[in-house]
Amino acid sequence: MSTFLGMPDVGHAPRGVGHLRGEEPFPAAARKALANAQLRRNIGHATSTIRAKRAAVVGEVPDWEELRTAGRDIKNATMHRLDSYLEQLEANIQARGGVVHWARDAIEANEIVTRLVKATGSDEVVKVKSMATQEIGLNEALEAAGITPYETDLAELIVQLGHDLPSHILVPAIHRNRAEIREIFLREMPDADPGLTDEPQVLAMAARKHLREKFLTARVAISGANFAVAETGTLSVVESEGNGRMCLTLPQTLITVMGIEKVVPAWTDLEVFLQLLPRSSTGERMNPYTSMWTGVTPGDGPQEFHLVLLDNGRTATLADPDGREALNCIRCSACLNVCPVYERTGGHAYGSVYPGPIGAVLSPQLTGIEDNASLPYASSLCGACYDVCPVKIDIPTMLVHLRAEHVDARRAEGRPSPEALVMRAAAWTMSNPRRWALAQRLTRLGRLLGRRRDRISQLPPPLSSWTASRDLPRPPEETFSEWWTRTRGSQP
Amino acid sequence: MRVALFVTCLVDTLFPQVGRATVSLLERLGHEVVVPSGQSCCGQPQINTGYQREALPLIRRHTDVFSAYDAVVAPSGSCVGSIRHQHAMVARRAGDDGLATAAHDVGTRTYELSEFLVDVLGVEDVGASFPHRVTYHPTCHSLRMLRVGDKPLRLLRNVRGLDLVELPAADQCCGFGGTFAVKNADTSTAMLADKMQHVLDTEAEVCTAGDSSCLMQIGGGLSRLRAGTRTLHLAEILASTEPAA
Repeated sequence: MSTFLGMPDVGHAPRGVGHLRGEEPFPAAARKALANAQLRRNIGHATSTIRAKRAAVVGEVPDWEELRTAGRDIKNATMHRLDSYLEQLEANIQARGGVVHWARDAIEANEIVTRLVKATGSDEVVKVKSMATQEIGLNEALEAAGITPYETDLAELIVQLGHDLPSHILVPAIHRNRAEIREIFLREMPDADPGLTDEPQVLAMAARKHLREKFLTARVAISGANFAVAETGTLSVVESEGNGRMCLTLPQTLITVMGIEKVVPAWTDLEVFLQLLPRSSTGERMNPYTSMWTGVTPGDGPQEFHLVLLDNGRTATLADPDGREALNCIRCSACLNVCPVYERTGGHAYGSVYPGPIGAVLSPQLTGIEDNASLPYASSLCGACYDVCPVKIDIPTMLVHLRAEHVDARRAEGRPSPEALVMRAAAWTMSNPRRWALAQRLTRLGRLLGRRRDRISQLPPPLSSWTASRDLPRPPEETFSEWWTRTRGSQP
Repeated sequence: MRVALFVTCLVDTLFPQVGRATVSLLERLGHEVVVPSGQSCCGQPQINTGYQREALPLIRRHTDVFSAYDAVVAPSGSCVGSIRHQHAMVARRAGDDGLATAAHDVGTRTYELSEFLVDVLGVEDVGASFPHRVTYHPTCHSLRMLRVGDKPLRLLRNVRGLDLVELPAADQCCGFGGTFAVKNADTSTAMLADKMQHVLDTEAEVCTAGDSSCLMQIGGGLSRLRAGTRTLHLAEILASTEPAA
């Protein structure tokens, strides 16, 4: 990773706060998830449904590829001048009566928000679904300060009531089916009808009734943001349920927590992203609610507005030319829905609020590679994510880059792992024709292992993890090179 | 046409029949095949596991061995994908711009088998005969790195006696992924289980693909289950002249 002259060294997302790190490496967490048949059925069903919807609505747009290219180019251009766009955004928000706060990391952001809520005298807040506040663990910080946060997005409500963590960027309760949701509501929602059924409409109406009172009484709302327009100081949230619109308009005070990478330079840039985002994420032509606000408007909506700009490892990510495109992500989750790994393990196995392919490249960069070292390997590099990304983030290449960064960091420690020794030995052998020919002859010893059944079904570790579920062919009596030399003579 | 065969380390060592089939197919079509000595591995296993420094001598060797040829063919979408899309990148990252240029140059003249047949030779009917029920799995790197599209299917549709049956969810990864298959063996196996189910649903006798690595995964799973469906590389079917029953 190279650091540019003048780049502020604000470091990575701190440990001990927020949800960017898992308790165990991906393979161990995945093993547990894979054994959960209900989870796999729920996620398999949900991802295949969203995949089909997305494919249908993307197929209707004749200039989809041009839109993707435009999205990528706008994001890349923005990141090159992120500092000036952020200052422009700040100036425009202040000019319209808003207050802008700069948070170096999760700890600072949580402190700022807690202080702002306390200053209003309120001990509860309503929340719009927000990845940034999940990332920093804001709900836990508020609760510790005696403030009760109420999630108002249906899926976030399910996650909150279930004392659970989100497992998908867009559909945080994707790991739950409706029977499980009914149980959670009956257990955790004091005003739920005991005769509640698991019909989706009945469940939605129960949540609606539960939340309606909060919308009408809450004095403070907390949101994230999908976009912030630098040239006007306008914030934007796109959503499906209308809960966001109510949080953004009814309370007296609105606090928005936004990652610094969400800024776009111009109002017209939204034309591109408001086409890319809904089709990629929910598979809709347009999302039902697009809310936009600029500072405060006397007599209309919140009369106090605070924007908390969050770094939490983003500047460190921006400093890596081979990794910074991860900041271009618009959180659509199309890559999760097509990922064969995510589809089978679900989101919790990634240990971060950002799961799936984008999480595997974003989380290790926000935390530093050493804290999420297993994530870049949680991919077969099949490339399905790159094909669907609305801003053309080359996730497979970035995964390969992060793997190299991890290996190079380990190399610098000077204690080579068994894997490193194998890789080094393989390269040493294969880069020399005589050594390679000898190694191939040694492979033939494997014929002994497969002599009874003409296949190899058991090998010692680490290859035992191959033969645990797969046979290997018995090595042939003659390699291709030997056959060629025997039948065609000497090689050119 | 004079064609240099990059047989790939995996085919050379474990699946020599695939290399022999590639030679026999290209020679049947009237082309001269040479197998440059000194070839071994493209280095993709090292690159994709993070060992770019270790991959560098392999990239250098591969580039040296094949730089003299106008056309290089390999029976693997994955290895060709690495040569075309990774070699120059790794060399550049290591600060070796000369190697990057030479590797890029070799990459532009290196073809996966179905690409070479359809795009370079302009052949879709290779004169093969294979009277069996076959399903085709498009491997991820041939599909998404090389964009071979339906070229393998066009070649298979012209094989005499071959009953081609569509594989459901064909574009889903088989779970191989190189060292992924060992480092994340459980997830890899879960992906394989679904792939095998789709293969078995087709009731095909043979599952074919353009990569021996993916076929080692699918075939290894089918063999473990004694499923009775075998795997054959695309080259083996295209080289076949088995008469109709």
